[in-house]
Amino acid sequence: MSLSINDVYKVARLARLGMTEQEAQTAHTQLLTIFGLIAEMQAVDTNGIAPMSHAQDISQRLREDVVTEHNQRELFQAAAPQIKEGLYLVPQVIE
Amino acid sequence: MLNSSLLQLGAALRSKKISSVELTQLYLHRIAALNSKLNAYITINEEMSLVQARAADVQLAQSKTHALTGIPIAQKDIFCAMGWRTTCGSKMLSNFIAPYDAHVIEQFNRVGAVNLGKTNMDEFAMGSSNETSYFGNVKNPWNNNAVPGGSSGGSAAAVSAHLCAAATGTDTGGSIRQPAALCGISGLKPTYGVVSRYGMIAFASSLDQAGPMAHSAEDLALLLNVMAGFDERDSTSLQRETEDYARDLNKPLNGLRIGLPKEFFAAGLSADVAQAIETSIAEYKKLGATVVDISLPNSRLSIPVYYVLAPAEASSNLSRYDGVRYGYRAPEYTNLADMYEKSRAQGFGEEVKRRIMIGTYVLSHGYYDAYYLQAQKIRRLIAQDFVEAFKQCDVIMGPTTPTTAFNLAEKNDDPVQMYLSDIYTIAVNLAGLPGMSIPAGFGSNGLPVGLQIIGNYFDEARMLNVAHQYQQVTDWHTRTPQHIEV
Repeated sequence: MSLSINDVYKVARLARLGMTEQEAQTAHTQLLTIFGLIAEMQAVDTNGIAPMSHAQDISQRLREDVVTEHNQRELFQAAAPQIKEGLYLVPQVIE
Repeated sequence: MLNSSLLQLGAALRSKKISSVELTQLYLHRIAALNSKLNAYITINEEMSLVQARAADVQLAQSKTHALTGIPIAQKDIFCAMGWRTTCGSKMLSNFIAPYDAHVIEQFNRVGAVNLGKTNMDEFAMGSSNETSYFGNVKNPWNNNAVPGGSSGGSAAAVSAHLCAAATGTDTGGSIRQPAALCGISGLKPTYGVVSRYGMIAFASSLDQAGPMAHSAEDLALLLNVMAGFDERDSTSLQRETEDYARDLNKPLNGLRIGLPKEFFAAGLSADVAQAIETSIAEYKKLGATVVDISLPNSRLSIPVYYVLAPAEASSNLSRYDGVRYGYRAPEYTNLADMYEKSRAQGFGEEVKRRIMIGTYVLSHGYYDAYYLQAQKIRRLIAQDFVEAFKQCDVIMGPTTPTTAFNLAEKNDDPVQMYLSDIYTIAVNLAGLPGMSIPAGFGSNGLPVGLQIIGNYFDEARMLNVAHQYQQVTDWHTRTPQHIEV
C-alpha cells in the first residue's frame, strides 16, 4: 500500500471534497491505517470465485411504461438553496 | 403504563383506559424532562405528533383499529417523513424538510401509529458510537459516560429510557443490533429486502436494511408485521407472501439446534461478555435446545471487506449532495466546482468524509480489481460460510459485541478501533441474513450485554420465537436503567 499525499489530493478532487493541507495530512495518516486493516484481504485466494454484488440473487424488476409521478416542482424546490422562476440557480458555467 | 408491552398498550387504548393523546403527551413530557440529558431525539414536533394522536383516537372510538393504532413510535432520523425535518444526523440536511414519506413511515401511518419524533444517529449512519452526529452524541441511559452504540443510538437510548413505546432503526453493519446490545434492548435486522428502503436515506444500498427496536421479541414481531412488505419503489424489495411474524412466538424450543461459531468466542471477546453469553446458552439448553460447534472461517475478513464495499457504495450514494437541489450550500464560493467542494467540505463531518475518500479511492482507476472486486469475491466466501453452517443448525448464537458499552471519546481518534467494535455483526449484513440482539445480562461494569441470534434467510419468525421463549424465563429485557424513573 503506497498511498501518497498526492493520491489524497487526487481522491479529494475526484470526490469534490475541499481539503486544507492540514486536513489532507490527517486524512493521509488515517487512510494508511485503514488500508493497513484492509490489506489482510489481499492475501486471500479468490481464484474462480464469482463476485457477490448483492445479498439476494434477484434480477431487476421491470414496471409498465406508464406515468406514476405527477409534477410537484414547487414542493420539491422548497428545499433548494437557491431557485428562480422554477429553475435551480448555480454559478455561471458558460461564458 | 410505561412498562407495558405494545400489546398491553394497545389493549389500554382500545378499552379507553388511556387515549392516544394522553399517551403521546406522557411520552412528550418525559422527552421534555430527559432529552436534554440523553440527546436521544434530534427533532420533536408536538403539534404534528398530537394531530396523529387525535386522529388515532377517532379511529379507536370507531373501533377501526390495528394493534399499533395510537401507539407513539420514535423514528430514526434517516426516514423521510413528510413535513418533518429529516437530517440523517448531518449538517448537510440540517434544514431539510422531507417532501414525502418513506415506505416505513407510510406503513406506520397506515395503521394509525403516532410519529413521536426523529431520533439521533451517527451522521449518514456511519459510526458505532453516535459520536459522529452533527447534533451531538447520545448518552447511554445506563451510564451517561458511556456511548449508546450506533448508528441507531438515539432509538436505542429512547427505548431503553422509555422515551417512546418502540422505535425504528437501520442496520448496514450492525447499526440496530450493536446499540440494542449496548442499551439493553431488543433489536432485529430482517433479511435484506424484507423492509423497503424507499425514503430511507441511503448509506450502502446493498447492505442497508431497516428494522424494529423495542423491549421484547413480542414487540419486535408486532412492529415487523407493520414494517415488512413489498414495495415496488425499492428495486430490491422482495415480493413474498405476507407473514405474521408473531405466529411462532409460543412454540417450544425442544430440538432447536444452536450453532456456536468458534470465531465469535475467540481472542478479542471480553471475559464478562463471554460469561453472560455462556449463561444464556445454558438457559437455552434448559429450554430443550442442543448446541453444535460450527465455524465461519472467513468471518475475520468481514471488517476489511465491509470497509471497502460500504464506503464504495457510500461515495456513490453521497455524490448527490452537491448543494444544488437540496441540502447545505456553502455561503461563499468562486465558481461551480468551488461551490461543490466547499459545500461538501463544510456540510459533511469527518467520518463521512473519511468514508467518501476510502470509497472514491477503491473505485478509482487502477484499484478497482484489487479492492472492490476482491472484496466482492470474499463477500461470497463469507456468505457461503453461513450456507454451510445452517446445514448443521437452525440458528446461530454468539455475542453481539466484543465488550459492553465503551466510554464516550474512547475510540474517537482511532477509526480502526471503532470499526472493530462491529466484528460480530458485519458478516450478517454482507450475507444479507437476518440478525437480532436481545438483552442477556450485564458485564462487570454493570452495563448490558447483548446476545446475537442469527437466522437463515426469511427465518425471522423462528428467531423471534427463539428470543421470546428466552424472555419468558429471564427478565433481562424488563430491566430499566438506574436513575430512569418509570
